[in-house]
Amino acid sequence: MAQGVLEIDRVSKCYGDVVALQDMTFDVRAGELFGFVGSNGAGKTTTMRIALGVLAADSGEVRWDGAPITFETRQRIGYMPEERGLYPKMKVLEQLVYLAELHGLSTGDAHRSAETWIARLGLRDRRGDEVQKLSLGNQQRVQLAAALVHEPDVLVLDEPFSGLDPVAVDVMSQVLREKAASGVPVVFSSHQLDLVERLCDRVGIVRAGSLVACGTVDELRSGTQLVVEAPDATPGWADGVPGVRVVESGGARTVLDLDPDADDQAVLRAALATGPVREFSRRRSSLTELFRNVVSEERSA
Amino acid sequence: MSQLSPRRAVFLVARREFLGRVRTRAFVLGTLVVLVLLGAYGVFQATLITSNSTSTVAFSGQATVLADPLRQTAAAFGETVETSDVTDVAAAEQQVRDGDLDALITGAPDALRVVVKDSLGDALRNSLDAVVKQQALDAQLAEGGLDPAVVARNLADAGAEVTALEPRDDQRGQRFAVGLVVAALLYYSLLVYGTMVAQGVVEEKSSRVVEVLLATLRPWQLLLGKVLGLGAVGLLQFVVLAGVGLVVAAVSGVLDGVSVAGTSLVTGVVWYLLGFFLYATVFAAAGALVSRQEELQAVVMPINTVIVVAFVAGVGLLGQDPDGTTVAVMSVLPPFAPLLMPSRMAMGVAPLWQVGLAVVLALAAIALITWIGGRVYGNAVLRAGARVKLRDALRA
Repeated sequence: MAQGVLEIDRVSKCYGDVVALQDMTFDVRAGELFGFVGSNGAGKTTTMRIALGVLAADSGEVRWDGAPITFETRQRIGYMPEERGLYPKMKVLEQLVYLAELHGLSTGDAHRSAETWIARLGLRDRRGDEVQKLSLGNQQRVQLAAALVHEPDVLVLDEPFSGLDPVAVDVMSQVLREKAASGVPVVFSSHQLDLVERLCDRVGIVRAGSLVACGTVDELRSGTQLVVEAPDATPGWADGVPGVRVVESGGARTVLDLDPDADDQAVLRAALATGPVREFSRRRSSLTELFRNVVSEERSA
Repeated sequence: MSQLSPRRAVFLVARREFLGRVRTRAFVLGTLVVLVLLGAYGVFQATLITSNSTSTVAFSGQATVLADPLRQTAAAFGETVETSDVTDVAAAEQQVRDGDLDALITGAPDALRVVVKDSLGDALRNSLDAVVKQQALDAQLAEGGLDPAVVARNLADAGAEVTALEPRDDQRGQRFAVGLVVAALLYYSLLVYGTMVAQGVVEEKSSRVVEVLLATLRPWQLLLGKVLGLGAVGLLQFVVLAGVGLVVAAVSGVLDGVSVAGTSLVTGVVWYLLGFFLYATVFAAAGALVSRQEELQAVVMPINTVIVVAFVAGVGLLGQDPDGTTVAVMSVLPPFAPLLMPSRMAMGVAPLWQVGLAVVLALAAIALITWIGGRVYGNAVLRAGARVKLRDALRA
């Protein structure tokens, strides 16, 4: 059934007494860009390292094409670790050829593929330079090329956008979109939520080692908010309306979260009851706000 | 797309390590510097040990007839004497005073006068005494009507027959020098290439390359490739250094026992391989415990100490008493054997059974150490951050 799907199934991992992952579960489908977000230390990197087999899980399973990932299928994954993952003193081209060969390409194919990605990522002038002599942005491009050079069937990227300039972000986004379009499941972690919102088909939000929200960007943002400006309203004017929660109120403006079945007209009536209403608008909550909610729940928990 | 076979994986890693090192300027320059140092050391040792003194003696007047007998007698004692005839005694005395001449001999054979600067060396004095006594004896024999030549022949035939239970090797000095050079080369190679293995492991750890590599390689493949690649670099350097040293020694005549040195080169290579594989895995395991180059020194210190102690103590003992029990026992034990046994073999003081025992023990130790070291490496190499405790790495 799960053709071309990367499944993370109830994966748990402890470091001593510290629980790093607890029943982490999600899947990345063929041709899908999956964004993986969460605050620092939530377990994103640990999940990716377990998916790559670089780390062993205490329990749970990672599957590809419906079968548990083995050492052999692992070679078909392209991986980009957080903060470098290259030999600092090795030249760009040699490094990419070496990594391609290690993933099973013949020397000739490895050279061709390395040259292709060097050209694609705008590194042609740098191909003979040592990696440590490159700017951080260019190192990041080499890093991406290293993850792609063996034409992987799955892409797992840890913070691929951190430290990139806007041009490089565009190049990186373009490449990831193309890869996904060619049927490769792509999962990447990021703190740049606007980017995730723009780029990803689906998003998973991690908190304290578990996935707390997962879905398409639209599904996650489906919470509706009302912005009401009623100058004469007193605090607590909307308390009586069912399915409504005050998110913020300052001066005349009040932002309210609306449950899916709540009646916004009831809110308007309650607002009009206080006096004149200058503004009354619906809007969707952004991913950033959703993320903040998740994090604040964590604090109160 | 083909699957990566374990053999190709190990080959790829080893090739990267080998080419990455051999092509650097540091390797080429380092080899040259060591070559020069070793050459100087070897020549120094050889001249120190084979210090056959040469004396220069001038003869004047009647004494000149003694020049040939003195040279022959001195040669019989193993001394070299250069003789010359002088006519200007005053000038010759000045030469003695300046140190250009060791002695000036004047006067009749039965009333010799020897001029020296401060004292007459024992070797020269013995030779001279013998010559003078022989002269006196010849004169007496002639007076008694006997032919000195016949007496000398009869005398030459008389003598005690000596049976040496442990014949002294006349190449002993050279053998010792060769042994020292082999030990020094092995010491250098083990320290440098062992440290290189540890540094390579830490480099991969600190740059997180290891995470990318271990997604497609198994830890043992990476470890084996690294050890083989760097071991080959060390072997290449060892053979170049020892080979060039051998040729230079043979051409310059410092060593006349080239076969001794040649055999030592072969045994040296064997012991280099044994020593390197014994220590490399330990170095790799130590490197895997830390995540930064700055922390490396602390974990490789104990290993370096063992090698340094083996070399310093071993060479000291070899110099004093190469047949002694202490050095014999040390040279059989695996941590010290790669440094001491080849030297003892070069010196010809290691019985075959000791060599065999040392090799067997070393192989057993390599098997054990590789198993433990590989385990520590595999468990620790992916743990970034704080230094991994050895106990945790062994247990996990």
